[in-house]
Amino acid sequence: MKILVYAEVRNGKLKSTAGELLTEARKLTAGKTENIHAVLLGDGCAAHAKTLATFGAGKVFVVETAETNTYQCEPHIQTVSQLIAAQSYNLVMGAASPTGRDFFPRLAARHKSAILTDVIAVSLDGEKVVARRPMYAGKCIAEVCSQTPLTFVTVRPNVIPAEVQNAAAEAAVEKFAPNFNASAIKAKIAEVRKGKSEKPDLTEASLIISGGRAMGNADNFKILHDLADVVGATVGASRAAVDSGYAPHDMQVGQTGKTVNPNLYMAFGISGSIQHLAGMRTSKVIVAVNTDPDAPIFQKADYGIVADLFQAVPLFKDELKKITEH
Amino acid sequence: MKILVLVKHVPDTETKVKLAGGGKSLDDSEFKYMVNPYDEFAIEEAVRTQEKQGGESVVVSLGPTRVQEAMRKAMAMGIDRGVWINSEGHTGELDSFSVASALAKVVAEEKPDVVFLGQKAIDDDAAHVGPMVAELCSMPHIQVVTKIEWQNGGQNARVEREVEGGMIEVYDVSAPMVLGAHKSLNEPRFPPLPGIMKAKKKPLAEKKLSEVLSGQPLVTVRAFALPADKAPGKVFKGEPLPDMVKKVVGLLRSEAKVI
Repeated sequence: MKILVYAEVRNGKLKSTAGELLTEARKLTAGKTENIHAVLLGDGCAAHAKTLATFGAGKVFVVETAETNTYQCEPHIQTVSQLIAAQSYNLVMGAASPTGRDFFPRLAARHKSAILTDVIAVSLDGEKVVARRPMYAGKCIAEVCSQTPLTFVTVRPNVIPAEVQNAAAEAAVEKFAPNFNASAIKAKIAEVRKGKSEKPDLTEASLIISGGRAMGNADNFKILHDLADVVGATVGASRAAVDSGYAPHDMQVGQTGKTVNPNLYMAFGISGSIQHLAGMRTSKVIVAVNTDPDAPIFQKADYGIVADLFQAVPLFKDELKKITEH
Repeated sequence: MKILVLVKHVPDTETKVKLAGGGKSLDDSEFKYMVNPYDEFAIEEAVRTQEKQGGESVVVSLGPTRVQEAMRKAMAMGIDRGVWINSEGHTGELDSFSVASALAKVVAEEKPDVVFLGQKAIDDDAAHVGPMVAELCSMPHIQVVTKIEWQNGGQNARVEREVEGGMIEVYDVSAPMVLGAHKSLNEPRFPPLPGIMKAKKKPLAEKKLSEVLSGQPLVTVRAFALPADKAPGKVFKGEPLPDMVKKVVGLLRSEAKVI
């Protein structure tokens, strides 16, 4: 088993998913780190090679070209494809992030090879790569099996705990200069506009604070943002809140929004429709605050409080502030 | 412009998933189907693009007889005609590459300037078919599209895509292209009554899946399982609220160890 890990860099920062992927790769190669390579693309990415080595990357390819400094699908695919041709990998892994989910399916199609997307566990059955992946936004889990000698996998962020293998490891770095077929690059990046917040995306967030229809209006979401700022959480919303115009679409958690997987999910004024529960049920710990003691969200909550969110949110803010200030 | 839209019929969002055959498959006997919600944004964008740029629009769908409902809905919203890939009676597994290959054959025959589809389907959550069809047809793709500005009569477009944390990537794309629609792209219209009447008479061509299916699946599903049910949690009520909040925050720290 020879593995290539796509270690994602965004705005010069290495995503925490790189450590998660390399930890999983070590398990699949039974610790043979010489069989684990990683590739870094993007401006200044070479600085992250050592971090990848500490997680077990035996070799790190560093690609710093004009075409790949900002993410573009086609140059990324050409780069990884040339590495596959040169190194004969069996498995190419990336994160199921907006970037990974953009180019991995196309990369797999170019190689007429299997892709297992947004998986929560990977294993080997003989030579075959097998993975578990949620479907129907988590209402069921499918065990899927690759039928090709080369397999592509994207792993859901924040599922596999990243473990450093050797904090003193030095990276074996190799510069890699792909030969780009420029005529195939038919979508060119013109601009990247910053989002409203610097916080992680809902799909990658480890702490999420969400509001439902009971928020009442868009302005009231400010109290959730204030609470979120205390602990560095990302703010989400239910479909009811989004459909009522209280929150933008990119904040929607649920089957028609984002499937999330944080360590802590706090639901304020969310009753817990089946499609919302599907999108957040794999959260490790769920806290619910709702005035209705029969709200379905309480069935899924680890901790619940039957109360008015507008009274509870400021109290949570004060209590959490005490903890973070210690 | 020639505009094509790919539509999937999916179990609706209120569907409860049950296993069949000891987890070998899903029990679909009580499934109610709907147009994949993201595909509605794709259909709307296809209709609006045709209204502005002129030309022709075609809806393409793969599935059993029931998917004609989804295609008729697209036609009621304004799409001109349909091509149905009839999978009725097909018993083998259909992975996303097989589906994309079949759809790509129709795309290659129709030669559209743009292919719209939803950025993902809400049943398998894979988001494979758009990028795969694009690859098989040598077109660029942009996924999670929130804004499109057509240029040069539809030969080019400036396309915005949403990535993490509300960050936007802006691309210059040359046609033909595949665009995966996100929610904020538009507000889909309700099919108007005259549209529903007209849709019944619009042409719907049929192809057998066997005519466009090639090769074996690259991915197979071995089994399904339901997620483990959580043990009931602790729900506090009736005490003074500051005390209850203090207890929950204390438990988050001491018991759950998440903060």
